[in-house]
Parts: sequence; C-alpha cells; structure tokens
Amino acid sequence: MALKDLPTKECYIPGSAACPGCPATIALRIVYKALGKNTVKVVPACCTAVIESLHPHTSFDIPTMNIAFEAAAAGASGVEAGLRMQGKTDTTVVAWAGDGGTYDIGIQALSGALERNTNFIYICYNNEIYSNTGIQRSGATPYGAWTTTTVLGKTEFRKEMGEIIMAHHIPYSAQTCIAYPEDLFKKLRKAKSINGPKYIEIMAPCPPGWRFPMEKTVEMGTMAVETGAWALYEVEKDKITFNGKSKLILEGKIDRKPIDDWIIYQGRFRHLFRPKKDTKRIKEIEEHIEKMWERYRSCYL
Amino acid sequence: MNQVMIDTGNYIAAKAAVMCKPDVVAAYPITPQTTLVEGIANYQGKGEFKGEYICVESEHSAMAACIGASATGVRTFTGTSSHGLLLMHEMLHWAALARLPVVMCNINRVVGPGWNIWTDENDSISQRDTGWIQFYCSSNQEIFDTIIQAFKIGEHQKVSLPVMISYNAFILSHTSMPVYVPDQKEIDAFLPKRKPLWYLDPNNPITFGNIILPAEYEKVRFDMQKSQYYCKKLIPEISKEWKEKFGRFHGDLLEYYKCENVEYILLSMGAIGAESKVAIDNLRKQGLKIGLARVRTFRPFPQEEILKLSKNADLIIIDRNISPGMEGAVFSEIKASLYGKSDAKVYGYIAGLGGKDVTFGDIEKMCKKAIDGKTKHLEWYGLEGV
Repeated sequence: MALKDLPTKECYIPGSAACPGCPATIALRIVYKALGKNTVKVVPACCTAVIESLHPHTSFDIPTMNIAFEAAAAGASGVEAGLRMQGKTDTTVVAWAGDGGTYDIGIQALSGALERNTNFIYICYNNEIYSNTGIQRSGATPYGAWTTTTVLGKTEFRKEMGEIIMAHHIPYSAQTCIAYPEDLFKKLRKAKSINGPKYIEIMAPCPPGWRFPMEKTVEMGTMAVETGAWALYEVEKDKITFNGKSKLILEGKIDRKPIDDWIIYQGRFRHLFRPKKDTKRIKEIEEHIEKMWERYRSCYL
Repeated sequence: MNQVMIDTGNYIAAKAAVMCKPDVVAAYPITPQTTLVEGIANYQGKGEFKGEYICVESEHSAMAACIGASATGVRTFTGTSSHGLLLMHEMLHWAALARLPVVMCNINRVVGPGWNIWTDENDSISQRDTGWIQFYCSSNQEIFDTIIQAFKIGEHQKVSLPVMISYNAFILSHTSMPVYVPDQKEIDAFLPKRKPLWYLDPNNPITFGNIILPAEYEKVRFDMQKSQYYCKKLIPEISKEWKEKFGRFHGDLLEYYKCENVEYILLSMGAIGAESKVAIDNLRKQGLKIGLARVRTFRPFPQEEILKLSKNADLIIIDRNISPGMEGAVFSEIKASLYGKSDAKVYGYIAGLGGKDVTFGDIEKMCKKAIDGKTKHLEWYGLEGV
C-alpha cells in the first residue's frame, strides 16, 4: 500500500491547537484513517488534551473522552464493557496516551487492562518526554538527553516498553514511527481486526521538546529508525517480526547509521557536542543501542 | 411480595445492587468491603447478575472503569472502603464533574497508619467536596432501600451526579439483620432504565472533558451546585414514593425520632444514629425533653431542616470523624447552617474514632452532660471532659 491509497476520509478536522510540526497530529490522521468513524477514544493528560481543541469545540470527528493521567487503560476497559453490554461490539475502543501516561504513571492500569484481556487498542505516542507539561524527563527519555529536569543530560537509559508489553503475551503489539505512515496504517488495521488487547507504540519526534526545526519531524523519525535508536517490529501471538529498515538491520543486511547522525540535529543533545564533543557519553549511547540489537538478534532472529 | 432475607450489610448491599441491574461493576477488594463484591461475583456465578464484573487492579482503576462505562450510557456500581476510597479520590471528582451517576457503597473504615479495620467516618468525610451525594445508613434495611433509591436520585436528569452510600464497618457490614426484599418486578417498576444526559456515540462525536476556560468552568461548578440543591427536593419525593410503594421510610435528608415537644435535639450519623434511638428512649423516660435527628445525607447537607430544629431546641452533635485543627465535620456544617439565624446552643462531641464502641449508655452520658450545661464547646468523649 502506498500513501496515496490511504482512505481520504479525515476524522482529524480543523480546529487543532497543536504546535507546528507536531508528530502526534501526523499519527492521529493515520490512526483515524485506519480505524474509521466507528471508534471511541479515551485520552488521558497528554499533548492531545491541547491538540483536540478547546471546549466546546473539537478537532476530532470521533467521540472522545478525556480521563485522568494514570487512568487511560482502566477508563477504556469501562468504555469497552459498557459498549459490549449494549451490543455495540463493532465499535473500536482506543486508549491514546503519551509516553508519560504509558511508561510511568499509567503503567499499572495498562498492565491490568492487558492482563484482563480487554478488547481494545492501546496506542502510546512516544515523544520521549513529558512535553505537554514543558519537557520533563520520562521513563522513555533516552540517556544523555537534556530535559528541564535533567539539565546536564539524563543519567539513565530508557525502559524497553515493547518488551514489558511482550511479557503480557497479548495477541498483538507493535512499534512503529510517524515517518512510516504505511507501516503505521498497516499495524493499526491489523490491530483492529484482532480480538483482545492490542498495543501500538508510535515514535513521535517532538520539535520543541527535542529542539529541532519544525519541518524536520519526519526526518527525525526516519533517522531514529535508521540509526537503530528505534526499531519497527510487530508481535503476533508471541512471534516477533521486524519490519522495514529495522528488519535489514536485524539481519545485518544494512548497517545502522551512527547515532551522531541523529542526535547532532537535536538541541537536547547539544551539550554532547558543544563546547567540546563528549565522546564518552556518545559512545555510551552507541554501545547501549548496539547491546539492544545484539539482544534482539539473540532473542528474535 | 416481600421476602425476608437475613444477612449482613454487605450481602444485603450486593443483593440490592444486583436487583438494580447494573451493566458494569468494577471493583477491587479491601477489608471490610470484600464480602460485598464477593456477593456480586456469586450472583454472577449463579446467573442472577448478568452485567460485566471487571476485576480491576486498583480502586483508582475501579472508579476509572466505572466512569468509562457510565460514559457509554449504562448503569454502573462499585464498592470500596477507607484507603480504597482515598485512592479513588481523584476519580471521585472526575465522576462528579463528568456528571456520571455511578453508585458506590463505601464501608466506613478507619484510615491508617496504624492499620485498623474498624469503623469511623474519616474516609468518606474526606470526600466531602468531590460533588458526590453522600448517604449514611443506620441499618441493613436502610442500606438495601438506599442503594435502590440512589440510582433513581443520581440518574435523575436534573441531578446526574454520583451517589455514595456509606455504612459502618462490621457494625453493619458484617452483622446480620432481617431485611425485606421486594420482588424484582417491583424494583423494575420503581427504577426505570437510565437515560443519560450525554454518552459516547460515534453518531454524535463529542469530545468530552477537553480544555475549558475559566468562565465556562465556573458554570459547570454552578450547575453542579444547583443539582445538589435540587436533591434537597428530590430526596424527600423519592423517600415518599418508596414509603408508598414499599411501606418503609428512613427519613429524608434527616430522620426525625421523637422530635416533638423537645428542648434538645441530638444529631448523629450512621450506626451511632441507630444507637441514639435507644438513648433517646431512656432519656425521655427520665423526663428529659430530647429527640434525635439522624443525619442521613451529608451532601447535600440538611441546612434548612436543622435550622428549623434549632428554633426550639439546643443541639448536641456526635461526630465519628475529626477534621484535625478544627472539629467534627457535622458539627462544623451545623454551626455554618445556623450562623446569624439561630440562638441555639450547640455542643459537639468526638466519639468512636478508630472503631471505639459507642453505646447508648455513652450517648446518654454525653447528652446529660450537655443538658446539665457542663459540656465545653467541643469535647472528645472518653478522653477529655466526659
């Protein structure tokens, strides 16, 4: 499928209050195209609380309920049960949360909903920070990155949420990226067709959060994948398949691009390059990514 | 046809909840609420409860799931206690501001540390400002009747607010009493299907709960206040309808007991309210002109009713809760209700915290001391003063 073949119907409608270059809006357009109008969405505290526009307006053409920060998956469980009790089983229930609401404050409710086998799609759009609150560190923030709460660069590596999800052995989970809309669309369509809990995580480079120019959003996503900092894969019934460039990296058919190629364009890593190149920390980032791929190869190839 | 069921407060509550046919129950276990949710699970096992029972991983998620389900337009129920209620606190506000009529039993239990599973009211009193309608029950029959009434009150289109029914740990939750249970058909006739004010519908795709500017938000709060006030009118109507249909009456916002020809009125809540009736009988035998007004709803608070009582009587209040640095919550609310409008003397007692027993003998002592004019403005029964 090519980009031009995606459905033309837009449920992401004018009125959005998103920042220019916002990756979440790129993802939302594709999500709505893939899932269609018969969808109910639950949104916890995250950028989308702004993106969706101000009361009494909306920029979404599907019913949306906002809920507390840690409660997206539990709220969606209730929505799913409520709809099912009314026989409305053809409606897709989606929880749409950021990485803060997924990796950190919402992980308990998410794990609970997955364990309970809730029939819904949980989507995490991961911009690797608490961006709505003004760029604070989250469990998804990479090592070395500046945030307003890691002013000298984060001193810990990010969690592997994908593997935490895999430990729940749900019917379908996937990692994708806003730079690959066909991949995103395909994974959403697959998730929609499967009964039970589904998890999709979308890499979403954030211009103000990562400190890069707003026209570079898609490029930052591409580079995240090409440097191997982010992997595209899907897991069906415990079988993991790497997709696109990530598959070629896994199989050793192409080399990962050096991490410098990605982070040098992001102001959040500026302190690793100026006034003097911090080769030690850059090497640590590179080695961590390499270790991740070695693990992927030993476990999943 | 009434049948008599002899069972504990929790099992009676489970029976009442199931007879209201909620579509979704989401709950997490906590002592002493456990037998309530086990009761519902048993009814599901027997096929008598046909709704969905979501076994969530926390009370926070229990209320979040009830909110999600209620937002699709269905009827929802849950139960909790103490720390469970405190963990829900954020979502209690959410349910009320979203105007979702979730009904919940809270079994009044002490808050730790130290761990203590007995009863006092500090858990639910701490939820005072969440926007929930709050009932306090004094018998298993009242628990049964109030749960069914609560759905009708909360789901009323002019109310659309969640309702909390509190009753005391063990004193009611684990004590068996005979309860009249009407036929399912009679309950169905009393309690119509929920007609939601709003619900999540792909054919009418609203966005609920997005950013709201100050002036609009203030209107939301004002509307909530109007609905709480409307309940002051609605609750007596529903109590009257219940009395006509089922022959039982537990009071409106207050339950009056021997309040004619009095010089003193005792005000108390929950199980102490039941115990107070015995104390009143004894005190009246001794020639004291005292009656009881049991506070049945803490929210909305029966301001006007209590003001009226204060025209002819001084008031003695027993609180099984404490707002540290101030006083008992009911005591505070009553004084606020009388401010500038009444010359009545008002005496407040704190009693029974941590689940300490409060007998009719204790209540008689408290009343007599107040009547003798020896009570300070506020006393801790058994610790200070009496």
